[in-house]
Amino acid sequence: MIGLLSYAVFFTTVASILAIAVLGLNLQWGNTGLFNGGVVAFFGAGAYGTLILGSAAQPDQFGGFNLFYPAALIGGMVVAGLLAWVVGILTLRLRHDYLAIATFGIAVTFENIMRNAEWLSGGAKGIRGFEQPLRDAFGGGLAYNAAFLAFVVAALIAVYQFLQHLVSSPFGRLLRAIREDEGAARSLGKAPSRVRLTAFITGSVIMGLSGGLYATFYAFVSPQDVLPTLTFQIWAMLIVGGAGNNRGAVLGAFLIWGAWTASGWSLSRFAPIEAQLYTGSIQYILIGSVIVGMLLWRPQGLFPERLVVSQSGKPGATKKQGV
Amino acid sequence: MTEPILQTRGLSRDFGPFRAVDDLSLTIQKGSITGLIGPNGAGKSTCFNLLTGMLAPTAGQIMLNGQDVTRQRPDQLFSAGLGRTFQIPRPFSRMSVLENVMLAPLNQTGERIVGPFLRRARVHDEEARIRARALEVLDFVTLAPLADHPAGQISGGQMKLLELARVLMGDPELILLDEPAAGVNPTLTGILIGKIEELNRQGKTFVIIEHDMDFVMQHCDPVIALAEGRKVFEGTAAQAQADPVLLDAYLGAMAHG
Ligand SMILES: Nc1ncnc2c1ncn2[C@@H]1O[C@H](COP(=O)(O)OP(=O)(O)O)[C@@H](O)[C@H]1O
Ligand SMILES: [Mg+2]
Repeated sequence: MIGLLSYAVFFTTVASILAIAVLGLNLQWGNTGLFNGGVVAFFGAGAYGTLILGSAAQPDQFGGFNLFYPAALIGGMVVAGLLAWVVGILTLRLRHDYLAIATFGIAVTFENIMRNAEWLSGGAKGIRGFEQPLRDAFGGGLAYNAAFLAFVVAALIAVYQFLQHLVSSPFGRLLRAIREDEGAARSLGKAPSRVRLTAFITGSVIMGLSGGLYATFYAFVSPQDVLPTLTFQIWAMLIVGGAGNNRGAVLGAFLIWGAWTASGWSLSRFAPIEAQLYTGSIQYILIGSVIVGMLLWRPQGLFPERLVVSQSGKPGATKKQGV
Repeated sequence: MTEPILQTRGLSRDFGPFRAVDDLSLTIQKGSITGLIGPNGAGKSTCFNLLTGMLAPTAGQIMLNGQDVTRQRPDQLFSAGLGRTFQIPRPFSRMSVLENVMLAPLNQTGERIVGPFLRRARVHDEEARIRARALEVLDFVTLAPLADHPAGQISGGQMKLLELARVLMGDPELILLDEPAAGVNPTLTGILIGKIEELNRQGKTFVIIEHDMDFVMQHCDPVIALAEGRKVFEGTAAQAQADPVLLDAYLGAMAHG
């Protein structure tokens, strides 16, 4: 029973952390139409940033800033935002397909730097960060994990509320217009380039928060945590949940993470030994099939984007699209 | 009123070896409804794209209210009071009709990312005002009943009216309409003309590309004709109707084709 409860807490913590990253991607892709193929770079910037800023001095290791935890977490978000600012200035003029390739390349470069710049990132062995904050106050164990989960869920709710307010505002309207037809938006006096950059940075800062929480949870980050796989998973979550719909983004995170975990578990339980070597690959094929199936039969996702309508007379009232 | 609002000098645009707009010098008078006619492929839409900064001219100069605005961006030109609609409508498809129109007002406080958080009350008030005006404008173009529909799912004619509503919402002083009546049913076209003349009386200047010669002859003055990128006629509607070359070459051809 305790085992199951512990597992549920663990599962929900990781799913909630990933849901935050999916929300960040939803702002970029779902609302603005920016194809970020390198989600993991911004997630990783937040993760490495938080641990480097928050940990005490270690031999032969850049850092030792030992910042108070909230400052380290915010610092990680700032690092992700700075990376997004530079990447955005360089790539946001590109068309969808080129933007996807460019950001993918940046994520692979990021992973390679983290793998090789030992002085900065600990190289392949990664960074062992600081002990989880307030661990002693809760005496570790399940009580601590539950408290950490509460913190993560609070962060998820805060990000969700922030984005809901943002996308139902004139800023959100502007993002959608740019997504739908940039030229027409220009002809109505809108200057898309700055707005796109703002949305790209904001989404990336949210991914950085997700990465920072992830690194805090494991008190560790290594290049294995910033593989292209994670970008792929986060995209799967958004597509299945419903691009353009924040509720869908969160739900997609839980569903796909659930499916991923369950398939891994079932394969290790029931698959023949020879097949178990390929568990990871089989999981990709499964998730890949889910994405393809979804795009074929329900491209708008489980929770399609909602249209902002006027009926109730108050801003932000929504109704299902496709009346 | 004989003050020019828009002037071009030697305006040209090449697509590869092909010259779509050729050495065009136009003067649009403030307060006029200028008709721009010519056969398909004459360069009329390309001319609008040049005037609104959506295409860069190969040569020539554009002056808006006496200011050189050549090579300014479309958004800058819209802010300077130059709005346009498209021949093939470009609605924001996955947005409601109302949202399409509410987008247009310039300098909305809530368009900056911090606005909705730091200036909640102000954004709320602005939204209420913009919404009320957008509904008025939609009512004006008879689209109010469709306010909550996805703009991608209304008819082609309705999209043309939506384009007009959007541009009116932004309140530019000079409005370029690219075939506003194409695909719009006759009843609505009648309403549309009424609206254009009403706005014109309120001081707005229009340049209208239109194939419907009755429309042009009754409501546009002056009339400018293009052919193969060049200006081949400029004068009053009466002169256009009396011009034998124009009649043969264009009006006849257009009336039957
Ligand atoms: N983007 C473009 N690239 C190449 N050719 C173009 C482009 N836009 C227009 N043209 C050509 O320029 C000529 C004028 O087109 P257009 O301005 O649309 O004519 P009109 O609106 O008078 O019917 C046509 O021959 C058309 O094929
Ligand atoms: Mg045309």
